[in-house]
Amino acid sequence: MKKTSFLVTLGYLIAGAAVAPPLASQATPRISFEKYTLPNGLQVILHEDHSTPIVAINTWYHVGSGDEQPGRTGFAHLFEHIMFMGSQNVPVGMFDQWLEAAGASNNGSTTEDRTDYYEVVPSNALELALWLDADRMGFLLPTMDLPKVDLQREVVKNERRQSYDNVPYGRADETILAALYPKTHPYSWPVIGSMADLSAATLDDTKNFFRTFYAPNNATMAIVGDFDPVKVKQLVAKYFGSIPRGPAVTRRTTVPPVVVAKDTFLVLEDKVQLPRVFYTWPTVKLFAPDDAALDILAQVIANDRNSRLYKKLVYDLQVAQSVRASQESSRLTGKFQINVLPRPGQSTADIDKLVQAEISGVINNGITQRELVRAQNLYRASFLDRLASVLGKADALNSYNYFAGTPDYVQQDAARYDRVTAADVQRVAKTYLGKPKVVLTVVPEGKKDLMLTASGGGR
Amino acid sequence: MKSPLAFTIGAALLLATQSVVGAQTTVDRTKPPALGTPPKVSLPPIVTRQLPNGLKLMIVEHHELPIADFVLLVGSGGTAEPAGKMGVANLTTAMLREGTSTRKSLEIADQLAFLGVNLNAGSSWESTTLSLHTPTAQLDSALALFADVALRPSFPANEFDRIRKTRLTTLLQLKDQGPAIADIAYPAIVYGKSHPYGARLLGTEESVAGLSVADLQAYYGANFRPNNATLIVVGDVTPAQVEAKANQYFGGWQRGDVTPVSYGEPPRSGTTAIYLIDKPGAAQSSFRIASVGVPRSTRDYFALTVMNTILGGSFTSRLNNNLRETKGYTYGARSSFDMRRSAGPFIASSEIVAAKTDSALIEFMKELNSIRQSVPADELSKAKRYLQLRLPAGFETTSQIANQLVPVAMYGLPFDYYNNYVQNIESVTAADVERVARQYVNPGSLAVVIVGDRATIEPALKALNVGPISIRDMTGALVQ
Repeated sequence: MKKTSFLVTLGYLIAGAAVAPPLASQATPRISFEKYTLPNGLQVILHEDHSTPIVAINTWYHVGSGDEQPGRTGFAHLFEHIMFMGSQNVPVGMFDQWLEAAGASNNGSTTEDRTDYYEVVPSNALELALWLDADRMGFLLPTMDLPKVDLQREVVKNERRQSYDNVPYGRADETILAALYPKTHPYSWPVIGSMADLSAATLDDTKNFFRTFYAPNNATMAIVGDFDPVKVKQLVAKYFGSIPRGPAVTRRTTVPPVVVAKDTFLVLEDKVQLPRVFYTWPTVKLFAPDDAALDILAQVIANDRNSRLYKKLVYDLQVAQSVRASQESSRLTGKFQINVLPRPGQSTADIDKLVQAEISGVINNGITQRELVRAQNLYRASFLDRLASVLGKADALNSYNYFAGTPDYVQQDAARYDRVTAADVQRVAKTYLGKPKVVLTVVPEGKKDLMLTASGGGR
Repeated sequence: MKSPLAFTIGAALLLATQSVVGAQTTVDRTKPPALGTPPKVSLPPIVTRQLPNGLKLMIVEHHELPIADFVLLVGSGGTAEPAGKMGVANLTTAMLREGTSTRKSLEIADQLAFLGVNLNAGSSWESTTLSLHTPTAQLDSALALFADVALRPSFPANEFDRIRKTRLTTLLQLKDQGPAIADIAYPAIVYGKSHPYGARLLGTEESVAGLSVADLQAYYGANFRPNNATLIVVGDVTPAQVEAKANQYFGGWQRGDVTPVSYGEPPRSGTTAIYLIDKPGAAQSSFRIASVGVPRSTRDYFALTVMNTILGGSFTSRLNNNLRETKGYTYGARSSFDMRRSAGPFIASSEIVAAKTDSALIEFMKELNSIRQSVPADELSKAKRYLQLRLPAGFETTSQIANQLVPVAMYGLPFDYYNNYVQNIESVTAADVERVARQYVNPGSLAVVIVGDRATIEPALKALNVGPISIRDMTGALVQ
C-alpha cells in the first residue's frame, strides 16, 4: 500500500468493523457493465451508479511481484510508490495535492499478480483523475530521477519495518514462502521484497520496468459511479487515446511444480512472548475446480466458535489463544495455511497432536450439512457487500476481468460456493491436507526447543 | 464482452487516433483540467422516534441494496467503570455474544453464521456499540438475535472464565508491539491516575484478573438502559417498519437510573519532556507526542478540524509531507484531536526508523512550532476543500451512514449537522487557524513518548535538549 489510512478523528471508536453478510435465499446481483478496448490496447470497463455523486477510477496494471527478477524482489511494489511521485506535467507532490483539494481519496496496492491504483472522486473531479492517471501512464519517465527512487526506497523500507520487521511473527510469511516454493518460483519471495534488494534497485531498473509493464496494452481501467457514459468515453479517448501502445507483454503462464516431498520443519526466532505454529500446504490457483471447496474447508476448520479447530483448541480445551485457516489462491498457484497461537504455558507438541487429529477427522469422517451451509451463507453474504461501494464494484470488475477473463463473473463466482458439497470438502481435505506440508514454529528468542519436528518435538 | 455501442465508439476512435498517435498536439496536458461545479449534495434526512421506555430511534432510509445496518449505541464506556474495575466495560461488551437467557454461546455463533449476518460489539471511552449488518430478507430472525444479545446476556461463568483468559493473553502479547506499548503509555503519562482518560480500556493484567461475573452484571445493569441508548437504523427499511420492530424487540427493555460520569478537571500539562520506553532491538521508534486537547463540545471544532488537516490530518499534511515524503523517515506521520465528552488528547504520531529518531524529533518540533504561524492561503484552501468535498463519499453505504450518525447521537449534534458542515468549514479563516494552533498546540508543554531501542536512540535524543529524558515502563511509571 502506498499509504496508511488517514481518518478524521470524530472522537469515537467502533470496534470490529462490520464485514459483510447475506442470506441463503439472496441471489447475487449481476453488475451491468460496458467494456471496450482502445486501439492502444487499454481495456476500459464502465458501470454507472448514480446513488452517490462520486466516481471510482480503478486501474490495474498486469504486473506484480511474480514478475520480478531474483535480486530485485520488492520492485513491483517500490514502483507502485514511485507512480505517485509525479510525471511530466505533474510536479512532485501535486498528484496528491490536486486530488485532496478536489475532495478525492486515492491509493495503490501490489500483489504477486497485479498492481492496482484507484481514486474515488466527487463526480465533478473525474476529468482531473483521468488526466493524472493518463500522465503517469504515458509520461512518467521524462521527470523520473534517482532522488524520487531513493525517497520512496526509504519509505518502502519503513513500510517493511512497520508492517513486517517490527511486528510479532511478521517475518513468518517470507520464511514459509522460501521453503514452500522452489527458488525459481515467482511466489517464493514476498511482495514487500528484501531490504538488500530494495537497496539494489537502480534508476535504470525503474525505467526498464516502466517500459516493459506500464503500457496501455497491459492495463485495465474500471470506472464506476456517477458519470455520463458518452462524456466519459470522450474523456478517456482524449487523455489515454494517444498514449502509444507498448511492446507486447509476455508473462509467465507456467511455474515450476510445487512439491513438498516430505514434512518440512522450520524454526524462526522472534521478539515474541508466545510461540506460534504455521502449517502450509500447496494447493490450487484462483478459480481452479477445488478452490472454492478449499475456501469452505478453511471456514469449517477455523472461523467462528463452532469451527473444528477453534472449538477444540480455543473453546473447549482453551489451550490456544487463536487459530486461523485460509486458502490463499493467486493467478499461478495457491496455498492453504493454518496457524495456531498457544496460550501461555501450553505445549506446542500437544497442540500439534490436536491439530492433526482434527484434520484427520475431516478427512476420515467428512463434515455436516450444517457446517457446510454456515460457510456457504457467509460467502453469499460477502458477495452482496462487495457491491455496496463504487470502489468495491470497480475492483470486482477489474478482478474478474483479469482472473476470470470477463468482468461479468460475480454470479458465477458466487455460484461456485453454492455448488460445493460436503463430499467435496472431505475430498479436498484428503487431497491437499493429507499431503506433506511446511511447518514453521516461530519461537521466542533463545527457545528453539519449542520447535515442532518430524519426531514431534516442541514442548 | 463488448456492447454494440462500445464497439462502434471503439471503431471510430481507431480512425481518429491513427492520425494523432505520437503527435499529442490535440491534447493540452500541461495543466490540470478545470473542476466543474461540485455535485449538489443532499444528505439523507434523519427521522427520529422514541419508545415509551426512552429508547431513541434514528432512522435513515437507503434503498439501494436489500440490506440494513442497526447500531445500538449505549452512552457509557470505559469512563463509567467503578474504581478498581478497569476493563469491565470492555469485558462486559465482549461477553454479550457469549450467552443469553435462551441461547448458549455456541448457539449464538451458529445462528449468526447460518443467517450470514454480522454482529459486532465494541466499547470505547464513553460509548458501547452493538452493530448488526443484515440482509432485510431475514430481518426478523436477525433482530431477534440482536435484541437477545443486547437485552438478555446471562454472563455464564464458564464463558467468562474463557474470555478473561483470552484477554489476559492479549494483554501479555501487547508487550511484543512497540506501537501498542506507546498507545498504552501516553494516556497514562498525559492524564495520570486522577482522570478517567489515563486508564486503559482493556484493563491491566491485575485489574482483569480481579474481575468477576458480578462485576460485569453490575456494570451492565447500571449502564445498559433504554434511556441511555439510541438505536440507529439505516437501510432498506421505512420509519414505520423500524418503529414497529423496535417496539416488538426492544419495547420490553426496562428503564433505569444511569449515573453521569464526573470527570473533574483535566490535568494541566507540564513542560515538554521526553518519556523513553525501552524496546530492545526495535527496528522503529514509536512516537506519540501528546497533550490534553479539547472536548467534542468545543466551539473551535471546525477551526481545529481545518488546522489539524493542515498539520497532520491528511496525506499531504505537513507532518506526513515532511517526515515521509521529504525525509523518508517513516511510512506515515499524522496528528489528531481525539475529541470526547471531556478533553481527549491531542496527539502527533509516527513509526520512525530507529536511526533517525533524533532527526525525526527535530522535524516534529519544527512542524508543531510552525503551525502556530500564519498558514498560506492556498494551503488553507486545499484543506477546506478536502474536508468539504469528500463529505459525500462518507455517505455511500448503509454502514457508513450508520457510523456517521453515531457522533450525532453521542454528542447531541443538530440533525442538520452534515448539511451545514460545508458552510461551517467554509467559515474558518486563516486567523481562526492561527488562533487555535496557538491555543491548542503548545510545543513547550508536550509529552514526547517514544518506544524504541534505548541503547541506540537515547544518546542522540539527549543531545537534542528538547526536554529532560526519563525512562518509563508501559504503564508510564518511572524505571530506575
